[in-house]
Amino acid sequence: MTKKGWKDLPTGGIITKAGSALDFKTGDWRSEKPIWDKEKCTSCLMCFIYCPDSSIQVKDGKMTGIDYDHCKGCGICAKECPVKVIKMEMERR
Amino acid sequence: MPRRALTGNEAMAEAMRQINPDVVAAYPITPATEIVQIFASFVSDGLVTTQFIPVESEHSAISACVGASAAGARVMTGTSSQGLALMHEVLYQAAGLRAPIVICEVNRSLSAPINIHCDHSDTMGSKEAGWIQIYAEDSQDAYDSVIQAIRIAETVFLPTMVSTDGFIISHCMQGVEILEDKQVQDFIGPHRSAYSLFGGAPITVGPLDLQDYYFEHRRQLMEAMNTSLTTLDAVNKEFKQKFGRGYDIIEEYKTEDADHIVMAMGSTCGTAKVAIDKMRAKGVKVGLIKLHVFRPFPHEQLKKALSKAKFVTVLDRSDTASSMGGPIFVETRAALYDQMPKILFADYIYGLGGRDIDIEEIATVIEKGEKMKLQGKVEKPLDYIGLRE
Ligand code: SF4
Ligand code: SF4
Repeated sequence: MTKKGWKDLPTGGIITKAGSALDFKTGDWRSEKPIWDKEKCTSCLMCFIYCPDSSIQVKDGKMTGIDYDHCKGCGICAKECPVKVIKMEMERR
Repeated sequence: MPRRALTGNEAMAEAMRQINPDVVAAYPITPATEIVQIFASFVSDGLVTTQFIPVESEHSAISACVGASAAGARVMTGTSSQGLALMHEVLYQAAGLRAPIVICEVNRSLSAPINIHCDHSDTMGSKEAGWIQIYAEDSQDAYDSVIQAIRIAETVFLPTMVSTDGFIISHCMQGVEILEDKQVQDFIGPHRSAYSLFGGAPITVGPLDLQDYYFEHRRQLMEAMNTSLTTLDAVNKEFKQKFGRGYDIIEEYKTEDADHIVMAMGSTCGTAKVAIDKMRAKGVKVGLIKLHVFRPFPHEQLKKALSKAKFVTVLDRSDTASSMGGPIFVETRAALYDQMPKILFADYIYGLGGRDIDIEEIATVIEKGEKMKLQGKVEKPLDYIGLRE
């Protein structure tokens, strides 16, 4: 996304579009990335309970993946997973 | 045009009545109390339709003003000294949100030691907050400038403070020409703001603004400040043309042939004019520059006005605690840095905590300046008037 220059931004730092928080990828400053081993996961959902950013994706009671747009890489899921199937890796961009 | 005997506070309150703002939120503080006290009686007497919000502190007063302004209201308040200092945090928010709030300010020193009398320390403490600052010389100036301030603030979307010297202007009576209510309403026009929470499409005011946008928004504010002098000038010209009086951004008094210029702000300008007349009678070619606007700092105007000066005597009614002298001195010298040939400057801090300054004292520093001008050198760039050693 190209960012606007100062001449084109609305006066006073207001946001003129409702629901624009949807466009805000809050995970872009992550330095470590959780890598999930789908095969060994028991879907106990401990990671889902602990994740502070609601970034564990769940469907029909099963864990389905990690939302990297919003995951901040805190590592809590990796720490709490009882079977240790989430590993933290350095983020490469 | 009816002429009435009014104090500075009464004149500012009268201007507020005629402006009839949508919202006034205020907390009392000496010597500005009367402004909102009188205004509150206008509210009680049904002379205005303003929503008056009595609050528990100046921090709350200006916060309520910011909220009301974001909601699209025309908003005013009044304060002084510690009150303005308590508003400090929110002053920046008002500027950053481009809320065109107008404060009727009365200049008073800051504690400690506690003192209720005039100096310019309070507003000088806010000079970096992104507010336009206008310094009135007398009650008439205060009345007219408050009316102009509404137009200015609502054109450039910058909050604006108009200040008077505590007690010297705020509590002294003077003949003031009052406009008709309709003339004031026609001059200020309907309220304008950059946005409104009730403007139709939903907006968010004051969201988090981090590394990727904050800088751009600050640049917008700088641009608004940089270009607002044109608006200040245009609004004043229109006022002058309609009502026959006005206040230039810098007022020049007997400067045409002067090579020695005195610079001052506020009520001291009147005293300085008399001192200048006295010195002129003795053949000294001295003139006065009255700074009517301190923010934005009118550096281009000053460069022009001081182009023929050899010596400048600056009278500062506050200090910067930087050991560099008062704010007028520091900024004027910076503005003139590129000027050739070199101009000699002397700064005098005076009148702190309301200490009086008289004609003789100003005449004496003009004489000192004349000597330094002849010697081509300034012995003491920073000195004090009326201070016991
Ligand atoms: S905590 Fe571990 S095992 Fe449980 S759902 Fe999360 S990744 Fe799977
Ligand atoms: S690293 Fe932190 S933010 Fe990312 S999925 Fe795990 S718990 Fe959630």
